[in-house]
Amino acid sequence: MNARILPYVLILPVTLFLCVFFLYPFVLVAKQAFSTGACFTMENFREVTTYWKFPISMRNTLLLAAAVVPIQLALSLLMATMVTRMQKGRDLVLYIWTIPLGISDLAAGLIWLAIFEQSGFLNTMMNGLGVVDKPVNFLSYQHPGVVFLAIALAEIWRATAIMLVILVAGIGLIPKEYYEAAEVFGASPWKRFLRITLPMLRPSLQTALVLRVILAFEIFAVVAALGGTLFPVLMGETYAYQFDLLNSGAAAAMALIILAISIGFTLIILRVLRVPKGASI
Amino acid sequence: MTLFHKIAGAASGIAITCAGVAAQADILFWSTQANPVEESQAMREQVLAGFDDAVDYQSNEVGAWLTRFNAELQANSGSIGLLGALHGNFSAMNPDDLVDVGDLGMMSASGTFNDLAKIGTDQMQYMPWMQASYIMAANKDALQYLPEGADIDALSYDELIAWAANAHEAAGEPKFGFPAGPKGLKHRFFQGYLYPSYTNGVVRTFASDEAVTAWEKFRELWEHTNPGSTNFSFMQEQLLSGDAWIVFDHTSRLAQAFNERPDDFVAFPAPAGPAGRGFMPVLAGIAIPRTTPDMEASKALVEYMLKPETQIATLRATNFFPVVDVELPGDLPPSVQAAGAAVAKISGSADANPGLLPAGLGEKGGDFNRVFVDAFERIILARQDIRTVLDDQKTTLIEIMNETGAPCWAPDAPSEGACPVE
Repeated sequence: MNARILPYVLILPVTLFLCVFFLYPFVLVAKQAFSTGACFTMENFREVTTYWKFPISMRNTLLLAAAVVPIQLALSLLMATMVTRMQKGRDLVLYIWTIPLGISDLAAGLIWLAIFEQSGFLNTMMNGLGVVDKPVNFLSYQHPGVVFLAIALAEIWRATAIMLVILVAGIGLIPKEYYEAAEVFGASPWKRFLRITLPMLRPSLQTALVLRVILAFEIFAVVAALGGTLFPVLMGETYAYQFDLLNSGAAAAMALIILAISIGFTLIILRVLRVPKGASI
Repeated sequence: MTLFHKIAGAASGIAITCAGVAAQADILFWSTQANPVEESQAMREQVLAGFDDAVDYQSNEVGAWLTRFNAELQANSGSIGLLGALHGNFSAMNPDDLVDVGDLGMMSASGTFNDLAKIGTDQMQYMPWMQASYIMAANKDALQYLPEGADIDALSYDELIAWAANAHEAAGEPKFGFPAGPKGLKHRFFQGYLYPSYTNGVVRTFASDEAVTAWEKFRELWEHTNPGSTNFSFMQEQLLSGDAWIVFDHTSRLAQAFNERPDDFVAFPAPAGPAGRGFMPVLAGIAIPRTTPDMEASKALVEYMLKPETQIATLRATNFFPVVDVELPGDLPPSVQAAGAAVAKISGSADANPGLLPAGLGEKGGDFNRVFVDAFERIILARQDIRTVLDDQKTTLIEIMNETGAPCWAPDAPSEGACPVE
């Protein structure tokens, strides 16, 4: 086949797939969000943004992302550097660390629910150690901080691995010569990490952060399992509009708002971590 | 023709035949009721097995249930033969999508139910199928903490609060249980019990001074309510585990407790307030979608479901009571006996103040419920000022009533046009 058209032929299936299963539904959703009945309107957006829970769920979603993503970034960088330095058992450790990746987010939420519940592992342990006389209900409206902490912990446990995998691959691509040269000039390990690993990892960091931040704005099942309605987030409200209130227009509007936030943050990350023109590994 | 072609031809022939047979055989009964696996199984084995044709009973969450139904409507071709759901689910539908079932020659024994089933049109949109209500239940161990002179079958809200306070003190932790979880039916407590009992209304009196009193009382009760209640949705679980001693819930969401340990629990009527003993029914119905693959079979199944024997089998399977006149047999499960007696005591009490299900709200039923759930979350959980919250939520309620034009329903006084919020 002609080498000029071969690439296009190869990406054709994916393009078609995206058009049919992403672009087309997206157009439908956008149409739904901007209309009630037949005419164009912003009514759906007005409805969802003036609802008293909207600022709360927006704040909760952003707070959660702000708390979880930096910790995950630090953790995954640390873990990735450790893994690449390992001589033996590297694959085994990597497999174990990525196990949470294979668990659905609802299942992850349930696992942490089993820990934090009134009759859960944490209470049993604390009771056994004599720290508390009777089980404490951590996940109640009286302890919003604990609910937040439990959700953040579950998210960190569940989704750090996806960043780890991307960063491990990225670190593997950095040529050894840079490190050897740095060592010759007497750079400390910390300095090598700061001056070589981090800058060279930029493209991977970009990908990892974009993926992770988008997923953080879509958080739903973990919150539903651990917080129920105590911790409203944007995605949970979207679900409520669609399935409790049967208001597809408002749900579509919420979905578009989440999309807008995701696009906004993606652009910021791309801009901040951009790789200068001409520079490459 | 090669051997391969022969085999392929035969295989596809068999496949087509099988598909044809499968499409022909079962009537799909697509329902939101009897959701727990045991109940679905009981529906299949004890209720529907007696029907002439094979019935495929499938129960689902409302979201998934509605999504499939809507998809079939949009495709103009369906496999659902019969829909089973609550009154509120049907009232949110477009009347044209459901077949008139008023000409089948039978109806429920209750004129109110038959009227509700018309959903504001002049046709029966669905057939009343089964009914339930809400009751209170308590662990027998908690009876010793009843305030002096209180009659458990004629409690007032003040006595209930005092009782919950006594139990709280005795146990060292709050023991009243309230289904305030995500799937809990808390809004029905406010709409059908608290508001009618204190304000003799739901919509008109939403932000009245009496409503403020009602919420103050509920706040008092909440002091003695297990804070885990925001995760409770089926109070039978907390009754059985001992996390709650005194609870309010839907009869079928308490059934398991009575069936597993009938001697440990009592069922009793909901409490009364200054405006009487408010209570509200739950009504489930069956409807035929306009896309049914076999209209005759669907209609026959509706008729079958309303037969007295079927209604009693349904009662055993789901803990929902018959809507037709039947003689109840003596060997019913403990849950049915306990719930039946408690409901009879409520409706038979001197100060009974029966309410109706919200009607005429169409697809705004969910928004209507949310007004009450939001009021609860703000007043009770976030401890905001009652007056401020009610005045704020009132604007949403007015919007809903004006948009739908729904007239008042009992216990609110009748209205001309949309029910006003006073």
